[in-house]
Amino acid sequence: MLDDFLIRAGLAALGVAMAAGVLGCFVVWRRMAHFGDATAHAAVLGVAMALMFGWSIFAGVGLVALTMAVLIYGLTGRGQAVDTILGVLSHGALATGLVAVTLIPGQRVDLDAYLFGDVLTVTRMDVAIIWGGAALVMGVLWSHWTALLTATLNPDLASASGINPRREHLILTLLLAAVVAVAIKVVGALLITALLIIPAAAARGFARTPEQMAGLAAVLGAISAVAGLRVAVMLDTPVGPTIVCVAAALFAIGTVVTKLRSVGV
Amino acid sequence: MPVLPTSGAVMTALLSATGITLRHGQNTVLENVSLAITAGEIVTIVGPNGSGKSSLLRVLIGALTPQAGTVTRKAGLQIGYVPQKLHIDPTMPMTVRRFLDLPKQVETSVAMQALQTAGVPETTNRQMSQLSGGQFQRVLLARALLGKPDVLMLDEATQGLDQPGSARFYRQIEDVRRDLGCAILMVSHELHVVMSASDRVICLNGHVCCEGTPDVVSAAPAYRELFGSGTGGALALYRHEHDHHHHHHDHEDAP
Repeated sequence: MLDDFLIRAGLAALGVAMAAGVLGCFVVWRRMAHFGDATAHAAVLGVAMALMFGWSIFAGVGLVALTMAVLIYGLTGRGQAVDTILGVLSHGALATGLVAVTLIPGQRVDLDAYLFGDVLTVTRMDVAIIWGGAALVMGVLWSHWTALLTATLNPDLASASGINPRREHLILTLLLAAVVAVAIKVVGALLITALLIIPAAAARGFARTPEQMAGLAAVLGAISAVAGLRVAVMLDTPVGPTIVCVAAALFAIGTVVTKLRSVGV
Repeated sequence: MPVLPTSGAVMTALLSATGITLRHGQNTVLENVSLAITAGEIVTIVGPNGSGKSSLLRVLIGALTPQAGTVTRKAGLQIGYVPQKLHIDPTMPMTVRRFLDLPKQVETSVAMQALQTAGVPETTNRQMSQLSGGQFQRVLLARALLGKPDVLMLDEATQGLDQPGSARFYRQIEDVRRDLGCAILMVSHELHVVMSASDRVICLNGHVCCEGTPDVVSAAPAYRELFGSGTGGALALYRHEHDHHHHHHDHEDAP
């Protein structure tokens, strides 16, 4: 069954979208969208390093995303306005990556595949790594759920309950790097943040508790992945952007429905 | 009504801080601050804005690490913390019932009991974002009570409440102490309401200016220097209402 490239693509997209949907709720709640962007953009630099040193793409991207995430984590602990620093790091890493990729001797690299994803070429091994990464992210979120939620709600409240809010922030940071690493082949560096934020935002209006929002975000992510792949094959469009388009359409529908419900239609 | 502790020295402290010095950059927020809280007492920290009251509480709960000094907690000490304000990001859906399950899941009957004690049993299925200021603070109180705290810490808990509202809130706190027997450490600038409910008042302005029973502190020169003498009358007013303890200031200083 895994011989079919469409099945492999579907599975890869599904795994990434569901993990990103749940983690994305924390990105939305904590307003870490810029943080996600910077980590994701750094992935291009990771691709360049992987190609240059002959590493696996996952390893290169994971390493650079991790470094970037920990760097930003360190900066945010000092109470500075980080918006500008994030902008510098984010685009600095993206530009450096783009330049570095072209400097690799003897290779013509298809940059589009890393910027926008190329899920139709994933191998069985890729699918296994993506699901492994997604399962790891989900597992850590599951086991730390209450601590993460309390620390997200209010750091002092967490401290008073014996939860270290900085530690929980670091955990989210590391998970973000992991999602970036597994998402690079599916949606590419430029659209990873979209996969984190859009399903979560679409779920918000229908949820009464954080858990409902996370669950719904995972479902909406999954629908976007599967429907996006189908539409992309039908219309012969790039898969990653098409998945994000479907997610954005779901968000638009959700927003309209929520508005209509709130005015009592 | 409040039972004055006979002597702080004979009781072992639940929580004590010794020689706390805290700096934010060049700014010294707290300098050599020491305090101890024993079981069942109500201690109020008063002080002007920027006197380090909230920072001191945050040091005590472990959210801030001081540059010098130590915080000692009795083994297994449970702290119930009611923050000054809690901003729940509008992107996070949160019902009152779900909020009470943080950080530990509690049975619904227990959660209802806590809401009852805090005086807001009707809010259980509401979204936190839809609560009024008073309801919100009471839900925070209910959540703090769920951990069966040995010490309840309130940081300007009545911010945003009108005067009768905050008086009601503090009366509820006295009931909580009576029913649960926990010690209470509060921070406030609403001297008139808070002080009379306290067994002990600590007047803070970066360092401990003076300390003692409400009567002693309100008469202390250091306190009068910080707050003027006018508040003594408001304190007396409150005592008049709730303690039926007549004082010669009662009527002449009433607003």
